[in-house]
Amino acid sequence: MATCLFEMKSLSASYGAGLVLQDIDFRVCGNDFIGVIGPNGGGKTTLLKVILGLVRPVAGELIFSRELRNSNNIGYLPQISTGDSNYPVTVKDVVLSGLMIRKGLVSRMNKADQKKADEVIEELGLESLAESSLNQLSGGQLQRVLLGRAIIGEPKLLLLDEPGNFVDANFEHDFYEKLRDLNQRMAILMVSHDIGTISAHIKSFACVNRHLNYHPSSEISNEQLLAYGCPIQLITHGAVPHTVLKTH
Amino acid sequence: MVEGSIFQYEFVIKGLLGAVFASITAGLAGTYIVSRRMVFLSGGITHASFGGIGIGYFAGISPVVGAAVFSVISALGVEYLSVRQKIREDSAIGILWAFGMAIGIIFIYLTPGYSPNLLSYLFGSILTVTWADLFALGIMSVILIFYFGFFYRTILYISFDEDFARTYSRYVNVFKYITTSLIALTIVLNIRMAGVVLVISLLTIPPNIAMLVSRNYFTIVLLSVMAGFIGTATGYAISYYAGIPVGATIIFTLVVLWVLVKLMLKVINKIRTTS
Repeated sequence: MATCLFEMKSLSASYGAGLVLQDIDFRVCGNDFIGVIGPNGGGKTTLLKVILGLVRPVAGELIFSRELRNSNNIGYLPQISTGDSNYPVTVKDVVLSGLMIRKGLVSRMNKADQKKADEVIEELGLESLAESSLNQLSGGQLQRVLLGRAIIGEPKLLLLDEPGNFVDANFEHDFYEKLRDLNQRMAILMVSHDIGTISAHIKSFACVNRHLNYHPSSEISNEQLLAYGCPIQLITHGAVPHTVLKTH
Repeated sequence: MVEGSIFQYEFVIKGLLGAVFASITAGLAGTYIVSRRMVFLSGGITHASFGGIGIGYFAGISPVVGAAVFSVISALGVEYLSVRQKIREDSAIGILWAFGMAIGIIFIYLTPGYSPNLLSYLFGSILTVTWADLFALGIMSVILIFYFGFFYRTILYISFDEDFARTYSRYVNVFKYITTSLIALTIVLNIRMAGVVLVISLLTIPPNIAMLVSRNYFTIVLLSVMAGFIGTATGYAISYYAGIPVGATIIFTLVVLWVLVKLMLKVINKIRTTS
């Protein structure tokens, strides 16, 4: 695993009662763009939390590459913004907070950090909002700010938890284009239940339903999903928004 | 008014120093509790500390020391319970609130003799403020300035998004406990100025005035300190000349200031939109 970022070996995780993840073998390398799908409660978010160190595995091991371990540099976009959008903090301050991962909890921001924040803000098209507070933003703008927070440290691994949830339709296309650009410089692991969107952008997918099945291609067929025991809701985007339900 | 009397000179100095230190500590602590939505929690801590005042009287030790111990323990207790998420926080605070008052009343009742300063703890009084009180508040101002100055971003980011902060540090709770303890001590020291019943407004009104004009944390702190100073200094002056209790006068002055700023902004907005 010379260029791999991390590897899980027979890893299990739980929140006390019952295993949420069981016997997971999984690894993410260089420029992977992996979609993580699976039913609600299947352990998708837990998988990310294990990688972030928020949930400790109860069995098995998680080995980080030296590069990732030394820099402690993982970008993370949470499922819903856990931040208080009424909190008096500016867009630029939020983007800068992404550097805390690398700099540690007790840190100050120097000129280079400020410059880097300005670059990220410009890259995401948020220049005019840099000094705005979060309650002045739309959902899509807030998402971009939080993406900025995730990528300002130039992570080698970017974790996205259901980014489709609060993207507005106008920005959705741009957002996934942006991810494709970012994928040139970092591996991306994206949790989503929106399989219609996911398959158009990812290179491979992993189905998580307590166990993890990795599929090294972006094509997902119904048969595969059934074979993996991966009952998920399929959402496709046509001219009229519609949801295709599983056959009875 | 007796001209140039020692008493008057001392009163002015004490009032001025009190106003400076109260506005600095209340501005820093207040911005933190208002933006973190901890106002009710802080109210609970304040009233719980009355239990410590009562025990202090009864045991013959300084009521301020008793209040400090009580407030820090109750603040850490609530933070701990809310981290564990095993209890409804607002109910816990409601119980703590009245329980502290009850303990205070029981012990003061049990203390032989009359407690002359009791009312000053409830409603605040500049006349009973000692140099030691002012010294403690001054030290607290310095501690808070250094603490918030040095750990500005740490505190800002933990309060804004605690869950995200946990992804990069294991010491989030340590910081929360330290900051909450400092807030609890700030509240206790300001009780001498504004009293148990009113001190929470001394902390919450200035940041709310500041937030009318700014959404930047650092600016809010500066404006809060300014608003707090205007409110407390004016409050002292009015209370002295009108002979009314100082705590109530300060709070009244601060609310008037809040209304004035709000009205002023309305007028400015109207002028802007019509021109």
